[in-house]
Amino acid sequence: MNRTQQLHAWLLLLPALVMLAAFTHTPAVQTLLHSFYDNPMGGKPSGFVGMENFELLLEDEIFWQVLWNNTWYGLVTVPASIALALTMAIWVNGRLEGRAIVRLAYFTPTVLPMIAVANIWLFFYTPEIGLLNNVLGWFGIDGINWLGDPDFALPSLMAMTIWKEAGFFMIFYLAALQGLDRSLYEAAAIENAGRWQVFQRITWPLLMPTTLFIFINALINAFKLVDHLFILTKGGPNNASNLLLYYIYENAFSFFDTAYAATLTTVMLIILALLAWLQFGVLDKGVHYR
Amino acid sequence: MMVLAINTSAVNNQLSLAEKICAWILGFLWLMPLLFAFWAAFHPAEYTTHFDLLAPLTLEHFYSAWEQAPFARYMLNTLIITTIILGCQLVLCTLAGYVLARIPFRGQGLVMALVMMQLMVMPEVLIVENYRTLADLNMIDTWVGVGLPYMASAFGIFLLRQTFAIVPQALDDAARVEGCSRLQVLWKVYVPQAKPVYLAYALVSISYHWNNFLWPLVVTNTEASRPLTVGMAIFGAPESGVDWPMICAGTLIAVSPLLAAFLIFQKQFVQSFMRAGIK
Repeated sequence: MNRTQQLHAWLLLLPALVMLAAFTHTPAVQTLLHSFYDNPMGGKPSGFVGMENFELLLEDEIFWQVLWNNTWYGLVTVPASIALALTMAIWVNGRLEGRAIVRLAYFTPTVLPMIAVANIWLFFYTPEIGLLNNVLGWFGIDGINWLGDPDFALPSLMAMTIWKEAGFFMIFYLAALQGLDRSLYEAAAIENAGRWQVFQRITWPLLMPTTLFIFINALINAFKLVDHLFILTKGGPNNASNLLLYYIYENAFSFFDTAYAATLTTVMLIILALLAWLQFGVLDKGVHYR
Repeated sequence: MMVLAINTSAVNNQLSLAEKICAWILGFLWLMPLLFAFWAAFHPAEYTTHFDLLAPLTLEHFYSAWEQAPFARYMLNTLIITTIILGCQLVLCTLAGYVLARIPFRGQGLVMALVMMQLMVMPEVLIVENYRTLADLNMIDTWVGVGLPYMASAFGIFLLRQTFAIVPQALDDAARVEGCSRLQVLWKVYVPQAKPVYLAYALVSISYHWNNFLWPLVVTNTEASRPLTVGMAIFGAPESGVDWPMICAGTLIAVSPLLAAFLIFQKQFVQSFMRAGIK
């Protein structure tokens, strides 16, 4: 390790490190700091308020509801997307007529902007003339106010999220399936194992690393994916479908309460840190990125 | 002769008829929003929920959508923003990925950890502070402003680092012997070897930023820099009444460039996402 080499290394890294520091590390630290300050008011600069913002947070019923909604949202969309993704991957990896078209159909939501297709989903969910209620009407079932009913608003969002994510995760399973060792399957065939048995004993365990990778990504997305809220429910009715990131956005850019938005972002960072710890500390033990 | 009863269905990935039917139905369901948008956009309003194969075709919704919103301007903004981001990402990630793969230096582990942090703490989460930074820089409502937080991409750095790490050292040495400088080696040896990875990364990045919404919503105020996604959100929420067929037409206009690219380069898209996922 000579000096010029060290210098070269740092010079080449510099542009990327500057950008990362400016837009990831510094703002993350600033967020933590700002959560201990109040908002500047009419010429008065913001002052240190200690834990006051966090006390407000603990008493904020909307915060607890949003956190609960987000937990629920993750608990439903993550396993559902994973299960669907795996099923899709096995189907399009199998002998299926028109398999290229089916694969294309599953993958299409991945390349479509969430915000644009949310407009179409909005039409599906609209009461009176919406497509879903029309279909229910054919069977003589009364229409549901999908997005206006607090019991259905969040599940309606979940459905769209699953639709958006399953095809994306399918790709990773498909890649993994195609890389599996064929000889294990030939051995299983000689043993006369059934398909379910083969899946349980060979495919599922071998796909475990892929499943963990998808699991973490899906969990992160459960906190990151809020685009459709802007079109479908705006977090309503009465926060029944509000999620953490959307609540942060509302506080910062609708209520102009940046101090509270920073406090909420701190909670988000803690959650993401826990996820990182889960991934690198627990699930990935023994895997090194070197 | 003895017939060995071997259950070959698992080896050959055979599917039962029931599974095939389910697979097709699911595929149809997954395409539904798009199919419906096509139906509604090309037929008169009275046929929006009335599915009649003989319904007359029309382009009126496309005309009214095109007049309702400055789609051409939005598309130009999206195109420019996406290009700026991808261009910077390719340069920054190549340099950083190369160092992390091939130049040992003190503090390498720490730098790697700092880079990987961005995989968890994505720019979306830090909209409040990043908006403050952009305001300080006087870059609100500019193309570059929309792109700045994404220019160094941990995902890109990691992907290229993994790719460069398996380029044979002998090629590197040979170029050195011929008198190439470090940057020349990077450009002449490493970059050509990583071509498929660049393509994969570019497709993933383009589709991400073409579709990105939250951050552009926060930092753009006017038509001058507003991308398609933000334009669509405004377009979809008109002051009075909702013209569904027109919204469907607008949606199709908005998604058509990416959708066309996707259909043409379908194989590359799928392979790119696969390649990006494995690394």
